[in-house]
Amino acid sequence: MNTPTPIVTKEQIWTALDEVPDPELPVVSLIELGIVRSVEVVESAVKVTITPTFSGCPAYEVMAAQIEERVNQLGIAQIEVRVNHDPPWTSEWITDSARKKLKAVGLVPPPRHSGDFIQVLIDPVPCPHCDSQNTTLQNSFGTTPCRMIYTCNNCLEPFELFKPL
Amino acid sequence: MANVLADYLIALADDELILGHRVSEWCGHAPILEEDIAFANIALDEIGHARLWLELAAKELGEDPSTFPDKQAFFRSPADYRNLPLAELPNGDWAFSMLRQYLFDSFELARLEALNQSTHTGLSELAAKIRTEELYHLRHTQAWVLRLAQGTEESQQRSQKALNALWPHAQQFSSPLPAEEELNNEKKVPSSSELFSPWVSHQSDFFDEIGLALPPQTNSIDADRFTHTEHLTELLSDMQEVARLVPEGRW
Repeated sequence: MNTPTPIVTKEQIWTALDEVPDPELPVVSLIELGIVRSVEVVESAVKVTITPTFSGCPAYEVMAAQIEERVNQLGIAQIEVRVNHDPPWTSEWITDSARKKLKAVGLVPPPRHSGDFIQVLIDPVPCPHCDSQNTTLQNSFGTTPCRMIYTCNNCLEPFELFKPL
Repeated sequence: MANVLADYLIALADDELILGHRVSEWCGHAPILEEDIAFANIALDEIGHARLWLELAAKELGEDPSTFPDKQAFFRSPADYRNLPLAELPNGDWAFSMLRQYLFDSFELARLEALNQSTHTGLSELAAKIRTEELYHLRHTQAWVLRLAQGTEESQQRSQKALNALWPHAQQFSSPLPAEEELNNEKKVPSSSELFSPWVSHQSDFFDEIGLALPPQTNSIDADRFTHTEHLTELLSDMQEVARLVPEGRW
């Protein structure tokens, strides 16, 4: 007996999901943020596994709904979005393309770290507007769970850092 | 259906939920805008952590993880809550709220590090996840406790008063959570009393360093995880009001 050919390929799903913007940072996609971890296609059913960023992030339910909607648009009715926290989401999964886009909108991408993200916060955070290293942390918490607030002492502009995690 | 792990998880979740709700009461009232934002974020994290623990409890109980957290949060009476009284106390002044958050976060981090070693996979995975966010809380609250203790005469006095009031409550961190002994035998969870001793000696050094004195004698607290203060009733009547008015309401 032949296995029926899936009506979409995994690659098509990945490509489609790369068009789904993050609800709070629409310049980047859910793929670029590293939230989508795996895609399975079995016959006409699709399973997408996601790892949400911050556990209190109110955008999480919107993300799951957007993924379902985008997959439905490909003619797939059976779509299941699963959540997996192992390993927990880390800002190391944010792609280079997303880092450039974040900086372009004035949000400093999270510094690279090898596990100890609190340690990297000691290093100066460069201003996204004038690149000065002379900046001051104003608040470890910001307008969304993933942001910290800084000001630049050179150009005097406020800016945000995407929290390393 | 009885499930010992679910009993334990619900108590962990209740600490987070009740403290998270208290902290959220600062939203719109904190002394400066930055701190308003900070406490609102901390509240969001704690409530998010409560939800993660309750989702895991739901799986243990064979309940639906998408509806179980709300059912637990909005449709239980005060007598069924298992949080520590420390979490339900009214916010008091800024020093009190900040110190309570610091004490809670620092002990929670010790517990999360131990839970990360749990033989129960679901538990160790969530502990690892929640720990990363708690590190941000501790960094923030510790800096503020230090700043208030060493700030002005008034901030020092308020900090000392807060420590005198909170320290007896903090002794209850050493009390076992529901089902802890049985789960500890299976190496699923740490013993609270074993975590407590190193925590106390660390805190004694910290408070000594920043110039606050631990109260010499700690009065015993009438309430515990099973017998709450009247403050919980008041908190829940506020938190549960809308959900109980329209139980099937959808946003």
